[in-house]
Amino acid sequence: MRTVQFREAVREAMSEEMERDESIFLMGEEVGFYNGAYKVSQGMLEKFGERRVIDSPITECGFAGLGIGAAMVGLRPIIEFMTWNFSMVAYDQLINHAAKTFQMSGGQINVPIVFRGPNGPANQLGAQHSQATESLFTHVPGLKVIAPGTPKDAKGLLKSAIRDNNPICFMESEVMYGDTGEIPDGEYTIPIGVGDIKREGSDCTIIAWSKMVKVALQTAEALAAEGIEAEVLDPRTLRPLDEDLIVQSVKKTGRCVIIEEAWPFNGVGSEIAYRIQSRCFDDLDHPVERLNSLDVPAPYHRQIEMSIRPNAEKAAKLVKKVLYLE
Amino acid sequence: MAQLVDMPKLSDTMKEGVLRKWTKQEGDSIEPGDVIAEVETDKATMDFEAFDSGVLLKRLVADGATVPVGAPIAIFGEAGEDTSALEAEAQGRKGGAAAKPAGNGASKAPPASAQAPTAAPAPAAPAVQPKPAPAATAPRASEAAPAPKAAPTQGRVLASPLARRLADELGVDIRAVSGTGPGGRVVERDVRAAAAAPAPAAAPAPAAAPAPSGPADANLPNPLVPERRTAPRPEAAVAPSEDTVIPLTLMRKTIARRLLESKTQIPHFYLTADVDMDAAMGFRQQVSEVHGAKLSVNDLILKAVALGLKRNPECNASWTDEGIVRYARIDISMAVAIDEGLLTPVLRNVDKKTLGQIAEEARALATKARDRKLRPEEMTGGTFSVSNLGMMGIRDFSAIINPPESAILAVGTVRKEPVVKDDKIVIGQRMALTLSCDHRVIDGALGAKLLQTIVGILERPMTLAF
Repeated sequence: MRTVQFREAVREAMSEEMERDESIFLMGEEVGFYNGAYKVSQGMLEKFGERRVIDSPITECGFAGLGIGAAMVGLRPIIEFMTWNFSMVAYDQLINHAAKTFQMSGGQINVPIVFRGPNGPANQLGAQHSQATESLFTHVPGLKVIAPGTPKDAKGLLKSAIRDNNPICFMESEVMYGDTGEIPDGEYTIPIGVGDIKREGSDCTIIAWSKMVKVALQTAEALAAEGIEAEVLDPRTLRPLDEDLIVQSVKKTGRCVIIEEAWPFNGVGSEIAYRIQSRCFDDLDHPVERLNSLDVPAPYHRQIEMSIRPNAEKAAKLVKKVLYLE
Repeated sequence: MAQLVDMPKLSDTMKEGVLRKWTKQEGDSIEPGDVIAEVETDKATMDFEAFDSGVLLKRLVADGATVPVGAPIAIFGEAGEDTSALEAEAQGRKGGAAAKPAGNGASKAPPASAQAPTAAPAPAAPAVQPKPAPAATAPRASEAAPAPKAAPTQGRVLASPLARRLADELGVDIRAVSGTGPGGRVVERDVRAAAAAPAPAAAPAPAAAPAPSGPADANLPNPLVPERRTAPRPEAAVAPSEDTVIPLTLMRKTIARRLLESKTQIPHFYLTADVDMDAAMGFRQQVSEVHGAKLSVNDLILKAVALGLKRNPECNASWTDEGIVRYARIDISMAVAIDEGLLTPVLRNVDKKTLGQIAEEARALATKARDRKLRPEEMTGGTFSVSNLGMMGIRDFSAIINPPESAILAVGTVRKEPVVKDDKIVIGQRMALTLSCDHRVIDGALGAKLLQTIVGILERPMTLAF
């Protein structure tokens, strides 16, 4: 086991895969010369050269489309959005082309492409740059959406994503890049669609992904001090979703709180809650609860921004609510 | 708007009730609180009170009919309303054990609607319902549990799906559980608590209980009631000239079921000790002389047991799958024989009461038991039982534990016999106590310690005055 930063885990995944397969290339704003806006691709230009680590202009629609085209003709692009907030201008490319081409071509054309970059709010970036976009992409059949919460999961899952023959949205978070965690030595992959129990518990299942895994674990620790054992479940992959693991956990605990950094309406949490009530109805002691960011565009002011976000304190309150303790 | 009225659930364990007697006729106007019928449950005969005003349009079952809880028994509404649709509905949802006349089929036949083919047990009842006897299913007042926000006993039960499933699995009647969730929702912990809580006590029935049963012995005295020293009159029981089958009363069925469960599922062991009762009998004499109060030997024993449990709290406990529940209160169930069987009224917080209070309350409860006036909450929630056959001249016996309690003390007669004192044979008074213990909760040495404590207190009875 080695301890690495989240950004290093992502870099290792890309580098190892690019060494393995020459058809893989990385393209995005500042991924080359500047070593990546968040230093994720540090040293990769030097190592793989300009043909495989390509700096693009500020043209998300253009380079996303170019990547999709390249994938259609047999390459395996990794397209970095400086943040997923900027993917909005490439939405048509992702939804109408990346996601649908396999079906519309009658299975003749695969689009093996990974779109990746930081998702979710960071600190004081203003309303346009502070949003968790996973539900925009999980909504679409044909896209796979992955949102790892640890360096280990990031590396294993990104390698699987690069090898996958379908278009994949791989969501990181810029405030996670510096997080450290242990990763196994040597080559490993983590299958897409397999969730992970990050902490065992018997009283309530807390479901969280990406950045919120940390909040969920903090919540569980705080609750443990009060004698409440929460189970933290990280689905890791939002689409496909490891529904069986969720069902298994909720059947065990009888209660569920979902922590989601995105807005509440039509969020991934709503979908998970639906699936739980559908399959665990007789096991629920309380309706599933969700903790989201407030249903407003992000405020700029630091204190106000923090006040609309999910945190361990709010989550603990909800866990106590589903346990009928509050 | 006419409504069906269902057989209410008047006690936790009630599954069916016998409609003993209608006290209102069809067409009678009813005010809330009016008694419309007498219903015999597995424990007692209780008044069935109306909840709303209206007219008793139709009685769907005859006097003496046995009706499952939740099955329709009457139609309530306004004068002149057409009840045919509701009668048809009543037929449709008749409970599994369709109403049948009690008493060997001898009593008069119920109306046609009561003989409807069987169907699934009645679903939730409509909103207009007669009120069950006061607090029939309320939790024990002495319990420190959060106050229930609602105690739905009829109609729609607000319960989480998990609570419902668990109630099925644990055999808890969810309608009898008080919910602590929002709006009185029954949630998992409520069901678990109900499953772990002392179930309604019915009959620890000492194995040796004299039971010359049969219809003829209605006048038999109540042999277990302290102070009733009437000698048994076996001659009162006239042997029938040929074999007869005595129909099982609900109480007899309950006694049978619970005792069978107890004796087959609880690993009993027994400890017997003799008490030197010289001092206790003298003490009782003194108290009676000074206070003029009638103090029975049983009263002394109740207090001694309570103090003994206080010093050995490990014995004041119940086995549950979750763990051993150790009670904070000392509530003693007192076996009282009545004509129909056996009841166990519960004396609360006995350790905190004076002998005078205990004597008074025990007597009042015994009288109520004989008159079958005990309310369910007066029979439930004991933490330990005492069964006394001393007044019947029984030397010693082993009683069956009254679940979910973990022990029962069987009290024999105070007998005079030659004893050795200072190397001389003198006349002494002795009483045998036999403690039946649930070995899952109480180990041999622990049971022995409790018994030793009780013996010690009775042999130095001044302790009882505190």
